[in-house]
Amino acid sequence: MLPVCLTAFASPLLIMAGLGVASGVLLTVAAHIFHIDVDPKVTEVREALPGANCGVCGFAGCDAYAEAVAGGRADVDRCIPGGVGAANALAQIMGVDAGDAGPAMVARVRCQGDVGLAREKYIYTGIDDCFAAVQIFDGHKACAAGCLGHGTCVEACPFGAISIVNQIAVIDEEACKACGRCIKACPKQLIVMVERRQRVMVLCNSDDRGNVVRANCDTGCIGCTRCVRACEHGAISMQGALAVIDYDKCVNCKACVEVCPTHAIRDFDAPPVNREKAAAKAGAAKAKAGA
Amino acid sequence: MRNGVKRIPGGVHPDPRKRTENLETVVMPLPAEVVLPMQQHIGAPCEPTVKKGDRVCVGQVVGAPTDRLAVPIHASVSGTVKAVGPRLYAGGRHITSVQIEADGEQTLDPALAPVSTRDPAGMIASVRDSGIVGLGGAGFPTWYKLTPPPGSTFDTLVVNGAECEPYITSDYREMVEEPIRIIRGIKLVQQMTGIRRVLIGIEDNKAHAIDRLIHASERDSEIDVLSLRTRYPQGGERQLIYAVCGRIVPAGQLPSAVGVLVLSVNTISAIAEWFETGMPLTSRRVTCDGGVVAEPQNVRVPVGTRLGDVFDFCGGFTSHPAKVIMGGPMMGVSQFSLDNTVLKQTNALLALAPDEINQDAESVCIRCGRCVTACPMRLMPSTMNRLILDGKSEEAAAVWHLNDCIECGCCSYICPAARNLVQSFRYGKAEVRLAERRAAQAAAAAGEEK
Repeated sequence: MLPVCLTAFASPLLIMAGLGVASGVLLTVAAHIFHIDVDPKVTEVREALPGANCGVCGFAGCDAYAEAVAGGRADVDRCIPGGVGAANALAQIMGVDAGDAGPAMVARVRCQGDVGLAREKYIYTGIDDCFAAVQIFDGHKACAAGCLGHGTCVEACPFGAISIVNQIAVIDEEACKACGRCIKACPKQLIVMVERRQRVMVLCNSDDRGNVVRANCDTGCIGCTRCVRACEHGAISMQGALAVIDYDKCVNCKACVEVCPTHAIRDFDAPPVNREKAAAKAGAAKAKAGA
Repeated sequence: MRNGVKRIPGGVHPDPRKRTENLETVVMPLPAEVVLPMQQHIGAPCEPTVKKGDRVCVGQVVGAPTDRLAVPIHASVSGTVKAVGPRLYAGGRHITSVQIEADGEQTLDPALAPVSTRDPAGMIASVRDSGIVGLGGAGFPTWYKLTPPPGSTFDTLVVNGAECEPYITSDYREMVEEPIRIIRGIKLVQQMTGIRRVLIGIEDNKAHAIDRLIHASERDSEIDVLSLRTRYPQGGERQLIYAVCGRIVPAGQLPSAVGVLVLSVNTISAIAEWFETGMPLTSRRVTCDGGVVAEPQNVRVPVGTRLGDVFDFCGGFTSHPAKVIMGGPMMGVSQFSLDNTVLKQTNALLALAPDEINQDAESVCIRCGRCVTACPMRLMPSTMNRLILDGKSEEAAAVWHLNDCIECGCCSYICPAARNLVQSFRYGKAEVRLAERRAAQAAAAAGEEK
């Protein structure tokens, strides 16, 4: 007869060990019976993909795309976040030509009228979501085109590339993988996909006339056409009261950035618009108008 | 007089605050200018028919309708067109608007004449020319309502005198001041639609109006005045139909599905005025009230008058208003500028003091269920709110009948956590509409590819 203390410890231990052995055997047997052959290529392709499940390839996620590629049902260059690197890796795995991956793209927000620069139409205290805010009088910004800054795009971005700075969406160029989810999320259609090599851009989407833009925002395009005249390559034209850059002609000389009186044209190689400068310029213009 | 046949489910009973009910309507002196947005109805905006510099007379058409749900817009003052172009209007968007500088003469358009036709179809068509929309707030074109959709017929006309929102007394004043005109209007509508039975529903806190209408309709056996137990939102179309005839309008359908036509007392009066004088809808009675308004009263103003001008006429503000609302405090629309102008469907202008509005910050749902009790449509506001905020608007619509919400605001009013319930429902409905539109586009694109 074993001492009581030993039985008290031994029996549960034995029971647990027995259960462990039994389930181990059961699982091994089950794994053999229900074994499914996975194409090793699927795993390989899946590992070469970034794994953001953004869906820009047109499939339900990276797993679905990997299966489609391995099964020869999809091209290898559909993963935009993965870029040229992923396309080449996939091409190598599948033994095909990677083809022309196209230029590297980046998403950009066409508005920089943040809380200090753009006027508000009314005080909004409702649901913190751009789509909800847009339902009320087209949003609380005085400018009908402006970014509302509730961060619906931030939630949509699978790469954490967007942040709200001074109540406006700002995209981190390094982190952006150009999947295009934010474009669909923005109720103001403010975000566009452009080629990464474009270093200048008109960051305003208001087609209001200059006086209206000025009343609403200190950094909007007022349609003064100074950039049109400054551009030696004829790349800038006016669409209504909004300057538009033709990137087939633009050589990134940045002459337009210099002349823009409201800093609506931004140079993406330099830090963001100098807010003090824009505000000071707007203040000076107001003082002039007052005098 | 008899009582309503049913009590509406749910609802709330806000403090009525009808401080203006015993004050005679005052006609406001002509404003210096009016701005007429080309959208004062459901449906597409009108096309302006005048240009800068044109001289216009009162009652002249300045906006021509472009689709079936639109009605013309008429000049409310005589004078010179100062500008035609996009402007922010009370609906929050930029809409083409006609700005008229008043000359103070109020010259009538010589073409105005009483409507002579008494043929039903012709009468309904002429209601369209009058520019009359539902004057209770929604702005649904009245002529469109007068024709029952194919497959249904009207057997009852319900006249809406419930006026259940706090502060507003513009319908009440119409019933007290012009009961005979309302009865004449009812006769005209009966002639147009062939309806025999008329039920006038009035809440029992408006005893004087009930008396006046009973007296005016005494010789008419077809017209019945019903006294209804005061409850918000009894003035809602579906609620009123249930209260006065016990019929339930099926979800997603119009009152015509149960053979009922609902018109508000002011709309009916406007119809009478149009047939008798030929004067289109160019002015209306607006209740101007609220804690910071010096002299609250009912004012008759030309359509297109600046809100600021109306408040100035009512003595201005005693202190800075916390909120300015067009319409009632429950369903009205907050205004962001006093430069916005009175629309055809504006029944009240309220400038509220800070203690009249709820400024509590939104907090979490405590599952008390008061919104469920208050919902007159018997929906589950708390559940729908949670689903919509989780991005499951389509589930809220498919399972919890989000689209049956009438946005009356009872749930938001009663919510102890000050949750933005109605806003989330509007947001959810918009999301569902967007999803449907995208699905339709995708289906169309797929069809093309094939």
